[in-house]
Amino acid sequence: MKKKLIRIIVAFGLFIIIFTVDKIVNLGNVFDGVDGLWLPLGLYLVVYLLVGYDVIWKAIRNLFRGQLLDENFLMVIATFGAFGLAIYRGLIGQNIDGFDEACAVLLFYQIGEWLQKYATGKSRNSIAHLIDLRPDYANLLVNNEITKVDPYEVALGALIIVNPGEKIPLDGVIVKGNSDLDTKSLTGESLPRSVKVNDEVLSGCVNLTTQITVRVTKVFYDSTASKILDLVENAASKKSKTENFITKFARYYTPIVITAAAILAILTGLIINDWGISLYRALNFLVVSCPCALVISVPLSFFVALGVASKNGILVKGSNYLEQLNRANIFVFDKTGTLTKGNFAITAIEPKVNQKEILALAAIAEQNSNHPIARAIVAAYQHKIPNGYSLTNVAGSGVIATKDDETIYCGNAHLLENHHIKFVPYPSVGTVVYVAHNQSYVGCLVIKDEIKTETREVLDYLNKIPAKTVMLTGDNEAVATDVATSLKLTIYRANLLPQDKLSAVEELFETKKINDTLCFVGDGTNDAPVLMRSDVGISMGGIGSDAAIEAADIILMHDDLRGLIDAKCLARRTMQIVKQNIVFSIMVKIGILVLSAVGLANMWLAIFGDVGVTLLTILNAFRVKKKLIFKSTKKRAI
Amino acid sequence: MTKVFRLKDLDCANCAAKMEHCLNKIDAINHVSVNFLTQKMVIEADENEFETVMQEVVKVCKKIEPDCKIIM
Repeated sequence: MKKKLIRIIVAFGLFIIIFTVDKIVNLGNVFDGVDGLWLPLGLYLVVYLLVGYDVIWKAIRNLFRGQLLDENFLMVIATFGAFGLAIYRGLIGQNIDGFDEACAVLLFYQIGEWLQKYATGKSRNSIAHLIDLRPDYANLLVNNEITKVDPYEVALGALIIVNPGEKIPLDGVIVKGNSDLDTKSLTGESLPRSVKVNDEVLSGCVNLTTQITVRVTKVFYDSTASKILDLVENAASKKSKTENFITKFARYYTPIVITAAAILAILTGLIINDWGISLYRALNFLVVSCPCALVISVPLSFFVALGVASKNGILVKGSNYLEQLNRANIFVFDKTGTLTKGNFAITAIEPKVNQKEILALAAIAEQNSNHPIARAIVAAYQHKIPNGYSLTNVAGSGVIATKDDETIYCGNAHLLENHHIKFVPYPSVGTVVYVAHNQSYVGCLVIKDEIKTETREVLDYLNKIPAKTVMLTGDNEAVATDVATSLKLTIYRANLLPQDKLSAVEELFETKKINDTLCFVGDGTNDAPVLMRSDVGISMGGIGSDAAIEAADIILMHDDLRGLIDAKCLARRTMQIVKQNIVFSIMVKIGILVLSAVGLANMWLAIFGDVGVTLLTILNAFRVKKKLIFKSTKKRAI
Repeated sequence: MTKVFRLKDLDCANCAAKMEHCLNKIDAINHVSVNFLTQKMVIEADENEFETVMQEVVKVCKKIEPDCKIIM
């Protein structure tokens, strides 16, 4: 790389000097007559060989291997041709010029190649840096002695020490020490997460404040960091339709342009009867015959996008999914855990005047139960629960708590009816828990699965696109209607057993139009088949859930639905830039071809057009990274 | 079986595309993906035939881009 750069700079300097001198004194006229051409030819040829000997060598080598459509070969033909024409013109006594052009073509071609290589190398490094999760070592603790070992060698159950500033090398559970972890490289979340003894920690996080001792629960290859790295590294092997289109286009483009060049040479030669000019125009064609701008800019845009996504805690398994996500207009959501928190919370206590008493009584009755509803009640009651009650569980109805002559009934309508307690049924879509004290009705609590705070924002965004939004849930009709109307979902399906979800999605597939793209968003539990069946399967809160990581196409590492907005925005932005690059480079190429055909473009324009368009598309590809404003990430930061 | 190989000195995007195209023509290979940006090649082929497949792969790559080396 560096050697080549020096060579290019030296050659460029020489070229400028010779070129300026040539323009001032006209090197062709230094010696009289026909022999005058040898001086400029010799000087330019020195520069030409200096800058392009490797290209010539490759061209010759490829010629013998039968690779005639190789770009090196084409460049050499074009420049040799230009030299040849200039010599020919000199020999027949016309103006001696054209050597500068031939030399410049190869010079700028090399400059372009170098810049292209530099830019792709840079992007490769910066992307690799973004997803630098790979741990270098682990501090293994054996008999109070610490040894640095390869994380690969650490066995299950071993103890490792993670010092502040070090990356956690393997997944495990903390056995000693409380600390804060930087999970940024894993989830994109910038706020540190505090962890304490018995908390699970994931490889790839950085320990921030204090030393912790971790018992390893997963070997290196099963650990989160290696899984994610694997996934990101293999992502590039799944190519989008656009990429495949471009490589196909490139395959036909070069032969077509070369054939066109040959036809052009013969036709214009016959028409204007000047073979020098017709050949020159055909050589121009060869200069723009390499489809490099396209072949590099499209995958580069996707590549940058995948890197940006993983930096923000969104793992995309291939550029094809990004392409499809951009088109996605049917969003199917799993309700529990995705749209809603999946945990129950008290949303109302009626009548309001007795709130404290109702909650206190309910908490007494439910204190020993493991049912999610019971836990929601106990969690809501923040005081110490009086004990000494004997609790009787009435299956399917509720709990009866007794102490001396005091009785508390806590449960559904059946429980109170069975004990002949008069009450007013409370109309609600959630689960209603009635509470009675000593044979008289006190009140009731309404418990519902809470809608996540960010859900509304995400659905508003999707409705604006506009996209069809579908909710699948195992809950009853009433709950589903409530959530669906409050979130303005297009349709919902209630009372679905886990296995019914797949058939519900199949039904959607049957009714959708050809151009519709279906995207399923779930939390990864029980929905692997649906994730796989959908055009794009998105699972959220992916860390730690192997099934979700395996089945989904896109994984939102955060347990935050707004990642969907981010992913969708990124997909759109990427596809826009890809389209811009394709249209722009094809237009420029066609433009140069047309201008060359009618004789309005010289080789200077052709080479600048070709190199310029490649560089511009590369720069444009980087806008995927720069201009993308992660809406929700920004909001999160505030 | 799927194997990932690193490619050294894969210099031109178009060559990578050409390589991929030619490699996919090899019968024993189910799928090949050559990625210029990551400088990686992913080959999916039958496990028993992998070695013979690789010999052919090396030959094809050498023909298209003699400077490029497959790191086994």
